[in-house]
Amino acid sequence: MGTDAAGLGRGRAMAFILPALVLIGVFLVFPALWTVYLGLTDYRLTGLAAAEPRFVGLDNYAAALTDARFGSSLWLTVQFVLGSAVAGQAVLGFAVAWVARGLRTPVRRAVEGLVLLSWILPGSVVAFLWIALLDRDGGTLNALLNTPGTAWLLDHPMLSIIVFNIWRGTAFSMMLYSAALENVPPSHLETARLAGASTACQLGDVVLPRIKGHVLTNLLLISLWTFNDFTPFLLTAGGPEGRSEILPVYVYAIALNGGRLGAGAAVSFLILLINLVFALIYLRLLRARNAPPTAAAPGGRGPV
Amino acid sequence: MVRHVLARLGVTAFVAVLLGFFALPMLWLATAPFDAGASIRVSVPEFTLANFRALLVNPFAVGSLVNSAVQAGGAAALVVVLAALAAYALSRVQVPGRDLLLYLLLLMSSIVTGTAAMVPIFELATRLNLIDTHLGVILVVSGGLLPAAIFILKDFTDATPASYEESARVFGASPLQILRHVVVPLIRPGLATIAVWTVANVWGGFLLQFILIRDPGLAPGSVILYTLYTEGGQPDLPLVSAFSLVYSLPVVLMYVFVSGRYGFRFHGGIKR
Amino acid sequence: MISLRGLVKQFPGGVRAIDDLDLEIAGGEFLALLGPSGCGKTTLLRTIAGLETPTAGRVGIGGRDVTALPPGRRDVAMVFQDYALFPHMDVAANIAYPLRVKRVGRAERRARAAATADRLGLSGLLERRPAQLSGGQQQRVALARAIACRPRAFLFDEPLSNLDARLRLTARTFLKRLQRELSVTTVFVTHDQGEALALADRVAVMSGGRLAQVGTPAEVFQRPLTTFVASFIGATPMNLLPGRAEGGALLVAGARLTPPGPARGLPDGEPVTYGVRPEYADLSFEPREDGFPGRVGVVENMGTALLVTLEPAGGGDGPLVQVVVPEEGGEPALGTPAWAVPRTSRALVYREGRLLGAPVAPAPASAEPTA
Ligand SMILES: Nc1ncnc2c1ncn2[C@@H]1O[C@H](COP(=O)(O)OP(=O)(O)OP(=O)(O)O)[C@@H](O)[C@H]1O
Ligand SMILES: [Mg+2]
Repeated sequence: MGTDAAGLGRGRAMAFILPALVLIGVFLVFPALWTVYLGLTDYRLTGLAAAEPRFVGLDNYAAALTDARFGSSLWLTVQFVLGSAVAGQAVLGFAVAWVARGLRTPVRRAVEGLVLLSWILPGSVVAFLWIALLDRDGGTLNALLNTPGTAWLLDHPMLSIIVFNIWRGTAFSMMLYSAALENVPPSHLETARLAGASTACQLGDVVLPRIKGHVLTNLLLISLWTFNDFTPFLLTAGGPEGRSEILPVYVYAIALNGGRLGAGAAVSFLILLINLVFALIYLRLLRARNAPPTAAAPGGRGPV
Repeated sequence: MVRHVLARLGVTAFVAVLLGFFALPMLWLATAPFDAGASIRVSVPEFTLANFRALLVNPFAVGSLVNSAVQAGGAAALVVVLAALAAYALSRVQVPGRDLLLYLLLLMSSIVTGTAAMVPIFELATRLNLIDTHLGVILVVSGGLLPAAIFILKDFTDATPASYEESARVFGASPLQILRHVVVPLIRPGLATIAVWTVANVWGGFLLQFILIRDPGLAPGSVILYTLYTEGGQPDLPLVSAFSLVYSLPVVLMYVFVSGRYGFRFHGGIKR
Repeated sequence: MISLRGLVKQFPGGVRAIDDLDLEIAGGEFLALLGPSGCGKTTLLRTIAGLETPTAGRVGIGGRDVTALPPGRRDVAMVFQDYALFPHMDVAANIAYPLRVKRVGRAERRARAAATADRLGLSGLLERRPAQLSGGQQQRVALARAIACRPRAFLFDEPLSNLDARLRLTARTFLKRLQRELSVTTVFVTHDQGEALALADRVAVMSGGRLAQVGTPAEVFQRPLTTFVASFIGATPMNLLPGRAEGGALLVAGARLTPPGPARGLPDGEPVTYGVRPEYADLSFEPREDGFPGRVGVVENMGTALLVTLEPAGGGDGPLVQVVVPEEGGEPALGTPAWAVPRTSRALVYREGRLLGAPVAPAPASAEPTA
């Protein structure tokens, strides 16, 4: 492209682009840069340091890196991402996409519809559904498993939010893999099956090599999103005793709840850096055309 | 043969477990709103609509839905208009540094999440007097969604042959006429995609709204849901369940409508 | 009517799609722009329309310099190869679109669209969307839309190339009649020479962004000015054989030939290219000094005639010579020795790629209104 078909001209083109750029600049780029600055101050929500924040250099970073709470939060986040995104959503999403191909249409519709519904429902509603499911006294799960009185959210907070996030996010992987599997020519699978290959062999020899790009894209995107997901806060609020305090919740707790904006910004900046690594790898793939155009927008979930 | 039967059994079992896993949490949403004694427990409801009536008298419930609609609608309008203009110009005019710009936009939108930027966003909104305003939510959310929206819409425009516009141009249409008469109708599916995607994002969004809105009279549904407590400090479950249902319905219906009309092409909210 | 002077179009990548081109097109004339793919036909048309800005040179339409005018103010209509019918408007709205832009009232728009549609046999289709039309109907809607705004010139970019062979013939005849009736200056881009010869008052053959020859279909077909045009025009390509002058005759591919008028008196040893169309040579099975010797290598039946290809007799790698013979004579057996005898009055001799006896300027640029 690049033929100015409507005769817009450079000037008008700039005028068309500018409003969007201004909004993005002010509410996306500027906050990111400000994070860097705030992270170097002792800025607070209230009190003396709110009026006159002091420049404290790398103190916030030093403090965060030596803070046991930050360390534990980071470790919980790793568990959360590996458990719910990589091991959970990606594997389950692929399994559903693979199995759904062989199902009769009504069953297939039901399965895909339910999985999608769990993804479409607003996050705060979903959180309540799980609170109801996991409740100690009247929760459906306890009734079902005959384990009355088990407080899942208190006794197994990490497990709870991991399963919760698998439930919530599998739809994306399912859709991505469904699209990818449509591109595997049926004749290839037929050939493999005729040669007597088991399902595992078919997957390894025929399917995986063809959808490598999709797998990688999927892993990167869902890891990025899970890493930034704030919804678990609605289930456990990081508790009990910080045992499910993943990084987004940690930032919220120290910055907006605890009022230490500078310290929170420092941790935010670390999150930005980690996001940057994910995003750079993803954009590399996208440029090398190894990635499907599917996720032309990694911000697919928005900034929330 | 045996292997085949076992495989089928395995698939059936997997599908059953799958359906159970995904349906189980939703049962509560289906029953509790109509249950006279709504609690955490999923039970055969003692059918009533009293919970919905209670919703009507709650001071914030109905208003919060209006707030959600205002914020989602406002953001959708803003994002669609600004993204369409920018995407069109970027698709058709060789603006200097275009590729780099697109790359940076994409990069920015994926790394600057609400989580990573909540502190400065809160600060910025405070200084611009945007705390406790719909406009604040709309602007902040739009800033985050715009890069991806521009990208998707540019895809749509790139896929549209330039000859339509050139043809109109030879007939004497001005650039703005071409935009109105030709381009907008041609990329309408893309505009609809962006609108739906934005509405879904804002409607379901929690963190930014939670940070930016303190006044419960202005809070959207996602935030109000967490204020529905009884006087005893417990969640007011009849109210919560009824509200959850009412609050979920619009997005679900919207997705059903869109997928019926354009086919379900929402990977991460993205077409294809 | 349309006048191009010193036109140059260089694309940012450095491609010179139009290279210093001069052309005058008379009012009411139907000019076909013919040339191989990539020679700059589309670019030239788009430059006339104003969709491309020339790097140098002037474009005039109707005696007015329009080089700096935007496309909408040049008063031309363009039909694109893909027709560019707006898919979201019905046929009536498509035809009326130019009027809508000119702010003609809704009622008059409707009426004029209906009248134009009627003229092109589209009356029953006014409510349909383009996607619900056949290729031929779409093509006519595109024509109707171009006519509706009563332009001073039509610009067509391969408007028939999306139709199947039969329909193309019908549409071609239709187009020619319509143009006669309206007598609107028309520039018609095609890479189908049959189309160009059949439709046009004059044909402009392009090559590498320049005009290789401009002339009536008969001129271009009978007297191609360069070996490029000679090899490009014609259902079967012209035989172009290397040779040299000697003692007042031409020695070409084993034959000793009388030179046609303009090629007489060439100095001995002068290298030339001897051109004769397969239609203008005869096949002899008796040895002839003035015939190219060979063996029958391939015989292709073209329906009313046979195309015989002679291979060099010794099996060496000399040039192949083609002759069209009437099919009444029956197919000659393969391998038969034969002589292809050119008709001297129809033969053309080229020196350094140019026709001997042609005017000095390779492409006459002056307007020669023939209509
Ligand atoms: N927008 C452009 N940018 C750069 N080069 C271009 C552009 N448009 C055309 N060209 C080049 O200009 C030359 C002429 O192109 P043009 O489209 O005019 O050819 P054409 O004669 O219409 O060919 P065809 O018969 O295949 O349609 C080609 O070499 C082409 O690659
Ligand atoms: Mg062309």
